Amino acid sequence: MAKITYITHDNKNHTIEVQNGLTVMEGAVQNDIPGIDADCGGGMACATCHVYVKEEWFDKLPTKEDGEEDMLDMAFEPKKNSRLSCQLTVSDELDGLIVNIPSKQG
Amino acid sequence: MKKTDALIIGAGPTGLFTAHQLKLIGLDCEIVDNLDKIGGQCIELYPDKPIYDIPAVPECTGEELTNNLINQIKPFDIKFHLNERVDEVKKENDQWYVKTSNGTTFLTPNVIIAGGVGSFEPRKFPVKDCEKFENKSIFYSVKNKKIFEGKIVTIFGGGDSALDWAVELSKNSKVNLVHRREDFRGAQATVNQVYELAKEGKIDLLTKYQMTAIEGDQQLVGIDIKNDDEEVKNLKTDYALGFFGLIMKLGPIADWGLNIDKKTISVDTEKFETNQKGIYAIGDICNYPGKLKLILSGFHEGALAARACFKLARPNEKYRFEFTTTSSNLLKRLGKKE
Repeated sequence: MAKITYITHDNKNHTIEVQNGLTVMEGAVQNDIPGIDADCGGGMACATCHVYVKEEWFDKLPTKEDGEEDMLDMAFEPKKNSRLSCQLTVSDELDGLIVNIPSKQG
Repeated sequence: MKKTDALIIGAGPTGLFTAHQLKLIGLDCEIVDNLDKIGGQCIELYPDKPIYDIPAVPECTGEELTNNLINQIKPFDIKFHLNERVDEVKKENDQWYVKTSNGTTFLTPNVIIAGGVGSFEPRKFPVKDCEKFENKSIFYSVKNKKIFEGKIVTIFGGGDSALDWAVELSKNSKVNLVHRREDFRGAQATVNQVYELAKEGKIDLLTKYQMTAIEGDQQLVGIDIKNDDEEVKNLKTDYALGFFGLIMKLGPIADWGLNIDKKTISVDTEKFETNQKGIYAIGDICNYPGKLKLILSGFHEGALAARACFKLARPNEKYRFEFTTTSSNLLKRLGKKE
């Protein structure tokens, strides 16, 4: 279990306990947090679950697999701290993670 | 105006198998899709990715699944209208009048929406005011490359489309290629070619930059690009081309008077009919208690919607349930029996 804070574009904080094994994307979708579309359902095929990871967390996350950076090329306003939330699997280590959701996904 | 028993919107796996089911029970149908090819998400998003949960198919890629479905409907004559988006659906007496972006019109008692998450459209520049220049100085695809001759063209993106057009347009234009990182995801041979052209000074390569602003009144004159270290560069340019792939947008479906919740359409689970009689929604785009967004669910939903279409297309006939193993009617339609 990990507490994850999603900050939506209107600057609202949504802190949610997400079960280990789910992805950060699933945590958002299952709890109706707006701004994460996840059109492809977690297949790393659409870049509509794009989030910005708080700087202090970015280096603690597992590194990007092949293909994630390619998909991020297509995301809406990608930055250095961009990740696809479908590729972030929740574990105890992610307790306290903060992600910002972009103004839109495309 | 084309008349058909059922019009299917979407040529993904669900739409294709539903066409099979309609033809099998003796109805005709036509299929419209906004993409330039058959296969929907399977072909656009994951042609090479293996799928493991198609019943009786232990493993196949999106492309293989699409090809198998195309083979399965080979016995039937089904008209596809590709590169066309359905823009309008309205009631005309007890039929539906349907019009596409190319002006093709249909009159049909049944419209089956198998539209996935909507139609695929190019992803656009996030910068304000880009819309104003769209199809004038800003493009997301190239229809007529002649207009770029002797001009400055700035291309954004790191995939094959961006690289291919950078190479091609560098023959007759001054080309800037801007990409958000140093790695390109296009074919290695093309990447090498771009580096070669950059060395020769034919392409100006600007990596780790993204567009932040545009300038111009009627015509684009320049753009600002910024890198990760917040350094801004101004480029003079006549045209900007963006190649960021496709995104799915619900589009005009939202205007047809259907019950839409979170980009999906509510249906019943008997006919997969929407709140409008004769309009059905199947596959990823439909929603009902317990809905699973799996390809196999789309097949089931399509089979049931096809039977519902029969009632409206042949009001004076009775639908008889038959198996392909034993029915000579069905075997004849499949071309397996004289």
